[in-house]
Amino acid sequence: MNTGIPLQYFLILATVMFFAGIYGFLTRRNLITILMSVELILNSVNINFLAFNRYLYPHKLEGMFFSLFIIAVAASEAAVAIAIIINIYRRFTTINVEDVNEMKY
Amino acid sequence: MINFNYTIWILLIPFLMFIFLGLAGHKYFPKLSGILGTSGLAIITILSYVTAYKYFFVSEKIEGAYQKIIAFNFTWLQFTDKLHIDIGALLDPISVMMLVVISTVSLMVHIYSLGYMKDEKGFERFFSFLSLFSFSMLGLVLATNIFQMYIFWELVGVSSFLLIGFYYQKPSAVRASKKAFIVTRFADAGFLIGILILSFNTKTFDFISLTNPAGSAITQGAGIGFLGLSIMTWSMIFVFMGGVGKSAMFPFHIWLPDAMEGPTPVSALIHAATMVVAGVYLVARMFPIYAIAAPVALNVVAYIGAFSSLFAAVIACTQTDIKRVLAYSTMSQIGYMMLALGVSGYGGHEGLGYMASMFHLFTHAMFKALLFLGAGAIIHAVHSNYMTDMGGLRKYLPVTHITFLIACLTIAGIPPLSGFFSKDEILAAAFHSNKILFAVEYAVAGLTAFYMFRLYFSVFWGRDTHYHHTPQEAPATMTIPLIVLAIGSVVTGFIPFNKLVTSDGKILESELELAVAIPSVLIGLLGIGIAYVMYRKENSISDKLAARFKYSYKWAFNKFYIDEVYLFVTKKIIFRYISEPVAWFDRHIVDATMNGIAAVTQSVSFRIRGFQSGQLQKYAFVFITGAIMLVILLIYMWK
Repeated sequence: MNTGIPLQYFLILATVMFFAGIYGFLTRRNLITILMSVELILNSVNINFLAFNRYLYPHKLEGMFFSLFIIAVAASEAAVAIAIIINIYRRFTTINVEDVNEMKY
Repeated sequence: MINFNYTIWILLIPFLMFIFLGLAGHKYFPKLSGILGTSGLAIITILSYVTAYKYFFVSEKIEGAYQKIIAFNFTWLQFTDKLHIDIGALLDPISVMMLVVISTVSLMVHIYSLGYMKDEKGFERFFSFLSLFSFSMLGLVLATNIFQMYIFWELVGVSSFLLIGFYYQKPSAVRASKKAFIVTRFADAGFLIGILILSFNTKTFDFISLTNPAGSAITQGAGIGFLGLSIMTWSMIFVFMGGVGKSAMFPFHIWLPDAMEGPTPVSALIHAATMVVAGVYLVARMFPIYAIAAPVALNVVAYIGAFSSLFAAVIACTQTDIKRVLAYSTMSQIGYMMLALGVSGYGGHEGLGYMASMFHLFTHAMFKALLFLGAGAIIHAVHSNYMTDMGGLRKYLPVTHITFLIACLTIAGIPPLSGFFSKDEILAAAFHSNKILFAVEYAVAGLTAFYMFRLYFSVFWGRDTHYHHTPQEAPATMTIPLIVLAIGSVVTGFIPFNKLVTSDGKILESELELAVAIPSVLIGLLGIGIAYVMYRKENSISDKLAARFKYSYKWAFNKFYIDEVYLFVTKKIIFRYISEPVAWFDRHIVDATMNGIAAVTQSVSFRIRGFQSGQLQKYAFVFITGAIMLVILLIYMWK
């Protein structure tokens, strides 16, 4: 089972995406961008799952199913998060996270 | 062997109906729920009658005695191999008889409520509670073991509580329901202790092995003594305490008159015909133990029964609230039943009292339900509970009048109505075993006739009261149950109970004893005659008498101040000397410890709250840094 592209390439891509996501998640102040960063993280994990599944255990399907689950969960999570963001916007008329700090002590 | 498996439906139908009406009734069919509940009960009634027919006339007897049949039984809670609680159905003469009584009266009350409760708010709630009550009462009488009985016993208490407090916006109804619940609950604590002592000694909950006269429970259960009485006697006295509470015997009777705050059909069903006789049923169920192993406890039953019946009858003569008169008369009649059980022996001719008690329970259920439903019709027409607001109603309420008269004659023991036969058996049983108790009951028979006819004459005859609007006869849904029950009150006296329901299941040879019957009819007639003179026309004899015996009248009118005694004991003694110190301890020791812990936690958290900046991204940064450091650590440790 060899497609020509080595496994490491996938892993590098996934790592880059993962840390790009982490970086975005930590530095951005816009809620929507944060959400997008989270999606990036999730998708990098997906790539990892698929690549490992394909290269290490080509006759099994667990990795595929797991990434399918992650996609489904990510979709619902995005829906919930956007709903929350809309509500936050209605209440504070901003989606900057630093202005939304009523829960601090 | 006949298959009685279907009896499980007798329990399931009302239970499902309760859940169904309770959950869905309000939203989907508030109007239909009455019809649904009633038809469910009609099915149960048919099943009960079929069961009774099959049990008494088809299933074979062994050595001339009806056998106890376990219709079904399964383990409900398994604690250990030996200790387990079962749910099942036990068929024997008394449980089958109770099935008939409960389903009949309950069906009549359901039909009656269709008319009586028609425009009430919470119509469907009412019917779902009624179903719950039917379920629990049927489960109680069918219980195969004493613990199942206890479970359903409490369920009956809960449904009684719910139904007394049906008008939950009325403070008096709320108070009454609380009072009923607490008083009976207090008595039930005794019941539970009794069960525990009993089953600890006999190692079984099961009724069949408990009440087998030759079984080990009775022959060896006496055990060690305490304060001069055997353990068995103590446990049976405690069990009887539960019966005293439920059956409103002295001194736990105080809840019953107040329970009349509930809707009248409820009073008829629960507080007259079925639930309050649960105590009698309990004693009858455990009867072989009482009679053979704990005769002292049986004496307690007899004396409490006799005293309660006299006590209640005296109070009933002075009350003016029509439902309260009936409530006290219920208490008095249940006292009769307890007394009859108390003077009875086990087996043979000695068992006359047992048979008489069950017979009276049966006939009493009919005529007392009739009286209450009649009272409901009167209240429905006049919109008042007080006899002083009534008079001359015979012109307006002909059907109610006739049926009420039949019921009054029945309870007064006039032949050939059913009350005559059953009361006569009780008096005969008392006559043969204890002359003092017989004298008491004989006097109560006269008092009963007097206060019932005092009620009858002042409601239907007496002065012609002017009503704001002409009272109208109740609708057919209300009068039909009255008529059916009136027929029941007339004919049930001819049921040969001595062949069907006896202490040992064998036929008991008994015949009318004229030496007892004639004087009892005479004193009944005397009571009616006095009531006729005093209340037939408006006159001042009763007022003069009340003025003459001012103090004793006042005592009786205020129910001998038992309520006040209870209040004094609870408020002045228990609350002040027990509850208040306990409350102080709770507030100043227990709570203070907890408050101290809370204060320490609070001051610590004030100091460290700066860490909680509220910025999610700061937290995330810390978290991710930590995670990365862990990973690095792991990688290097691995090497």
